[in-house]
Amino acid sequence: MAGAAAQTAPDRIARPWLSPLNQRRLQNFRANRRGYWSLWIFLVLFVLSLFSEWIANDKPVLVSYKGEILFPVLVAYPEEKFGGFYAVTDYRDPVIQDEINAHGWMIWPPVRYSYRTVNNAIPEAAPTKPSWLYDVKTRCNQYPQGAADPNCAVGNWNWLGTDDQARDVLARVIYGFRVSVLFGLILTAGSALIGVTAGALQGYFGGWTDLLFQRFIEIWSAIPVLYLLLIVAAILPPGFFILLGLMLLFSWVALVGVVRAEFLRARNFEYVNAARALGVPNGTIMFRHLLPNAMVATLTFLPFLLSGSISTLTSLDYLGFGLPPGSASLGELLKQAQRNLNAPWLGISGFVVISLMLSLLVFVGEATRDAFDPRKTFR
Amino acid sequence: MSEAPLLSVRDLSVAFAQEGRQSTAVDHISFDIAKGETVALVGESGSGKSVSALSVLKLLPYPAASHPSGKILFQGADLLATDEKALRRVRGNKITMIFQEPMTSLNPLHTIEQQIVEVLALHQGLGDRQARARTLELLNEVGIREPEKRLDAYPHQLSGGQRQRVMIAMALANEPELLIADEPTTALDVTVQAQILELLAELKSRKGMSMLFITHDLGIVRKIADRVCVMTKGKIVETGPTKDIFANPQHTYTRHLLAAEPKGKPPAANAAAKPVMTGQDIKVWFPIKKGFFRRTVDNVKAVDGIDVTVRAGQTLGVVGESGSGKTTLGLALARMISSTGTIRFNGRDINELSFNAMRPLRRELQIVFQDPFGSLSPRMSVSEIIEEGLKIHEPKLSHDERDKRIVDVLGEVGLDPATRNRYPHEFSGGQRQRIAIARAMVLNPRFVMLDEPTSALDMSVQAQVVDLLRSLQAKHDLAYLFISHDLKVIRALANDVIVMRNGRIVETGPSEQIFERPQTDYTKALISAAFRIETAPVGTVSE
Repeated sequence: MAGAAAQTAPDRIARPWLSPLNQRRLQNFRANRRGYWSLWIFLVLFVLSLFSEWIANDKPVLVSYKGEILFPVLVAYPEEKFGGFYAVTDYRDPVIQDEINAHGWMIWPPVRYSYRTVNNAIPEAAPTKPSWLYDVKTRCNQYPQGAADPNCAVGNWNWLGTDDQARDVLARVIYGFRVSVLFGLILTAGSALIGVTAGALQGYFGGWTDLLFQRFIEIWSAIPVLYLLLIVAAILPPGFFILLGLMLLFSWVALVGVVRAEFLRARNFEYVNAARALGVPNGTIMFRHLLPNAMVATLTFLPFLLSGSISTLTSLDYLGFGLPPGSASLGELLKQAQRNLNAPWLGISGFVVISLMLSLLVFVGEATRDAFDPRKTFR
Repeated sequence: MSEAPLLSVRDLSVAFAQEGRQSTAVDHISFDIAKGETVALVGESGSGKSVSALSVLKLLPYPAASHPSGKILFQGADLLATDEKALRRVRGNKITMIFQEPMTSLNPLHTIEQQIVEVLALHQGLGDRQARARTLELLNEVGIREPEKRLDAYPHQLSGGQRQRVMIAMALANEPELLIADEPTTALDVTVQAQILELLAELKSRKGMSMLFITHDLGIVRKIADRVCVMTKGKIVETGPTKDIFANPQHTYTRHLLAAEPKGKPPAANAAAKPVMTGQDIKVWFPIKKGFFRRTVDNVKAVDGIDVTVRAGQTLGVVGESGSGKTTLGLALARMISSTGTIRFNGRDINELSFNAMRPLRRELQIVFQDPFGSLSPRMSVSEIIEEGLKIHEPKLSHDERDKRIVDVLGEVGLDPATRNRYPHEFSGGQRQRIAIARAMVLNPRFVMLDEPTSALDMSVQAQVVDLLRSLQAKHDLAYLFISHDLKVIRALANDVIVMRNGRIVETGPSEQIFERPQTDYTKALISAAFRIETAPVGTVSE
């Protein structure tokens, strides 16, 4: 194939990688400054959050010990490596720190807490205020050497305070953002895949297929999801993928309507008839000729589906039917905020993160919708 | 022409703002319409004739559209400088307009009476009873029979011709000085077209109004216009009395337009040629279902027992007005819809074959559709469109061999093969139809069903496509089933003709016989309407 392409290359007119139509859409998307910047901010935040372990962790990023370079984030070294006897090394333990510093060095991530690290040196009863609200003496009063302790450093600050179990809120927010977005993305991708397939089949074949499927969807979407979650939570241990599967069972319905309508409309287009007259098999017709039509509606819908999935997860966590206890979750943070009204940093952090995330996604969605709107013109 | 003209367009230009650029649609045109005169603006699609007409009433999408220069003087006042309020008193009152699509120009949610009364109430302030009486009078005038019964009808209950009559009644309601007719008969059947044109001419002379008539059809111009302005690319290239223009065209474009009618003769009929496609007693019935159990109470007989034979190297023309079932017949023969009866292709009965069993046969049995804008996927390049069939029917071809076939077939249909990586929207209507023909021809078919392949094209392009089809037929010994409502094209291409009406054959025979010595009244009416734009006696054709 490569040789063939090279041979015919001279008389081929170079084709841009995007069709003119898509170029125009991209241009329109860029022209919407708010959506365009939202997308970039969101992408930067998301990619950063994928590397949460290197940003907020209770393990050093890099350790040099007796001439050996170690990667504690990636490899779980047993404590005996550093002269101890536990199976897991607690790098926050002053004894281990002294041992490593005596035979080498270590580099900590900017935040020295993971989402489940309990801060044993909080200045007062949890939940504690953000560290920058205390003076040096109070902040470090729990360390063995007080303000002179080597651990009384900026890296050990709780920038957004701690929650009622003395865990660092900033670390939990970083991990929580990642879990929410990943959950949303996987759920959206799954719903799109199932929803588009189901809608395509119904729209293309129409008739009885369509009729039966539509009735099935009506019955299916009448099942109360929350109730089902309660029942399943009683039988199965709650977890990321069980929750995802359950949500997926119902969320695919959202896309069926639009895709079905597009296929119903487009299946009688003349170029579809022309393809049929050429003897093109049904599957190919659906994929090559009809799906691009439906993609506009689908793509327009996706960002909203994504923000919808995220808020669903958050609300389930808030109600306590979501991810297992201890997981980093924004909904759980909101629940704590509600229980500890005397600790406003919990509520404020949760609110800012969730609203920022959802607003960014809605702005991106709005820009996508406008970019695909053929009637919209930007000047 | 001593007195001042009723409408005088002076040095008019129209420009559209498009993605930051200004594109000129109408370029410094001037023409006059005297009282009681009919002026025709003639041109092919994209020539700017409709835009010129719409600017008279300032109906263009402002501010995207603008007039860089010019004046439109109506009874001495410049309409372009008039404000919106004053303009509303002119629109629908002194100058009225009828449009091409009677289907969409009437509001489907209002009855005929409501729509006409609205015009009367708006401009004349007539009360209910007076308005009703005047509506009846108007409907009578435009030739709607039993107007009392039609007052409460909704647009969908009327035929295309009747709807266009209602539109005319609305336009006449306020006794306008000038009627602008924008392709008023293009969407209608030829027999109905003749009736509407006759009505317009009669009303014009009775009321003494002027008319600006926009059309692409020179036959209509010759019939109805006093003077003609020939437009192309936004300019008026020639203007003069109709007789002079037709007898002695000056400009090359006018001559080109006049010479553009599909000409030439089909190859000699050869009854000995091998039949490629035969259909016997073809019936396509659509059941009408009623009641809870959806019992079939009756059938819509779209095609009702038709026999056809298409021979190699010959063309069978199927003629009929809209709704006659001609396209349904074609689709049934190509097995695109189910039918009863025997369909023999290459001597093999194919009407019982399943979709999958049909697939290998599809290669030799190709279809070219009417609308070259709809039948090519806008998301695929020309090369992808043409190779789609090859990939299915000759999957063993290498990329290079396929590319060679595409280059060959594009050359054959008269397109530059270097353009094969472009997308359909970069081509004109005629070029697109060539692409669609190439898509069918690349598979070396034996039978091609052509469903109105020239109807969406300009006259001069039609002639080229007809020539192309004829040369391809001679070269590959192709059998054509040519479906069209356009008798001129049929005469240029078909050896045998079937005239269809309401799903049945009215008349069939060699094309010479049909066109020279038609036997039935319906065929006679069809031919005189198509070639001479004359109306038939009442009852022969539909309204």
